[in-house]
Amino acid sequence: MEWLNAIVQGILLGGLFALFATGLSLAFGVMRFVNLAHGDLAILGAFVAVSVTTALGLNPFVSLVVVVPVMLAAGYALQLGAFNFTISPDPLPSILVTFGLGVVIQNALLQTYSADSRGLDVGSIEIESIKITDAIAVGWIPLITLVVAVAVLGALQLMLSRTALGRAFRAVSDDPATARLMGINDRNLYAVAMGIAFATVAIAGVFLGIRQSFGPLDGPAQLLYAFEAVVIGGLGSVWGTLVGGLLLGVAHTVGGQFEVSFGYGSGPLLGHIVFLVVLATKPSGLLGRRAE
Amino acid sequence: MTLLEVRGLDAGYGDFQALFGIDVDVAEGETLAMIGANGAGKTTFLRVLAGQVPTRAGSIVFDGADIARVKAHRRVGLGIALVPEGRKLFGSLTVRENLFIGAHAGRPGRWNLDTVLDVFPLIRPLLDRPSHVLSGGEQQSVAIGRALMSNPRMVLLDEVSLGLAPVVVKSLYEALPALSEGGATVLLVEQDIGQALEVASRVVCLLEGRVSLEGRPAELARSDITAAYFGLPAGAGAEGPG
Repeated sequence: MEWLNAIVQGILLGGLFALFATGLSLAFGVMRFVNLAHGDLAILGAFVAVSVTTALGLNPFVSLVVVVPVMLAAGYALQLGAFNFTISPDPLPSILVTFGLGVVIQNALLQTYSADSRGLDVGSIEIESIKITDAIAVGWIPLITLVVAVAVLGALQLMLSRTALGRAFRAVSDDPATARLMGINDRNLYAVAMGIAFATVAIAGVFLGIRQSFGPLDGPAQLLYAFEAVVIGGLGSVWGTLVGGLLLGVAHTVGGQFEVSFGYGSGPLLGHIVFLVVLATKPSGLLGRRAE
Repeated sequence: MTLLEVRGLDAGYGDFQALFGIDVDVAEGETLAMIGANGAGKTTFLRVLAGQVPTRAGSIVFDGADIARVKAHRRVGLGIALVPEGRKLFGSLTVRENLFIGAHAGRPGRWNLDTVLDVFPLIRPLLDRPSHVLSGGEQQSVAIGRALMSNPRMVLLDEVSLGLAPVVVKSLYEALPALSEGGATVLLVEQDIGQALEVASRVVCLLEGRVSLEGRPAELARSDITAAYFGLPAGAGAEGPG
């Protein structure tokens, strides 16, 4: 029962990982763009939520109504104003620029909010749970996180597979030069994709902030988990991102069962091991398309 | 009426200049074939017209406006559609999606999924297949159909016959009159001179980035074409290529 509980809690935790990984996966899928500031952007989203909740007295869930559009606009503008200049067959410029952006965000957050840990308070729902058996209880917050993750990824998948915008995304991902011949403004499309990526990572950041306390320097750790989820599931695959997130979550909680003998790092350690095993045996990821 | 008027066009890639002072006129509704040896600059010329290669000097006047500085993604909206060399279908899209994305610019006109399928009935049963499983000839049909979906005033066809069996090439060329009847001006690049002379109302021959010959197929002697094609002195090309 203890193990079953670990798996259930892992799936719930995986929802958060999947939410973190969504934007990373989208940006890579559409424009082969590796965003090293992704974790810091999540933390930025959480801090924006802190400001919005204190200034307007809103519930953190409700603050998403402000945080998501703000981050979406920021992503769109940043892609048009900066990231687009790094798009090239060489991945290095985008890695350098986003690494720099991550440092800038961390220090700007330190300057603005100090190094204190913060949290987003949503009231008593934080400690409420649904009791399933005597040994298994599902917390409301993790459950809501998982539902939101599935909804976000499902909406993204529908958009990509069913709409004209999604068709344009896939065409640009295949061959941007030929997509331009079709009248597609690839640069503008990249900006839209980055806007969506920022919006989803802001949601992830807010849910992280509701779940646990966070500080300005917590971004890189989140980036690592997001990367692992994306690689496990398959680069650029939407459902792969969900599967990767869930598997990583389960690895963390199952690994956590060994804390007594291995110490506190055993959860993330098993996550890293799962990541390495997938990378070594199936580099394109569990649901990834053929290696390119 | 002159639809396209190119004057003194220079273009190239990096340090390499591919086109030197090209002057070409294309009248509305005609089918112009551009011939020339490998590396003569034919494909580059089409890519310059479509905006994939920048214009270094000269002007490209299309329908009365100089489009030399217009970005590639805006040219299809003006009515220029390129069928690129190597087909370049979107591999992760189905055939239907490839055709629909051709209509992305939203130009109105007679071409839509049904009218395109009337011209290429063979792709009707393939609509929901991923485009990368198609044969070369099927892919070329989809690529031409995709260009038609944009309702172009001018279709640029780059090496339609490349890598295809003669019987397939023949069936593709049989679709050309439908393009012209639909009101489109056709500018095609072809290495197969025989094929080009058969379908074109006018021929332009390129040699090392310059126009070496121009005229109507009926008025051109085979030996002059050969000379212009290979850069031999006029009258020297007694044996025609292709």
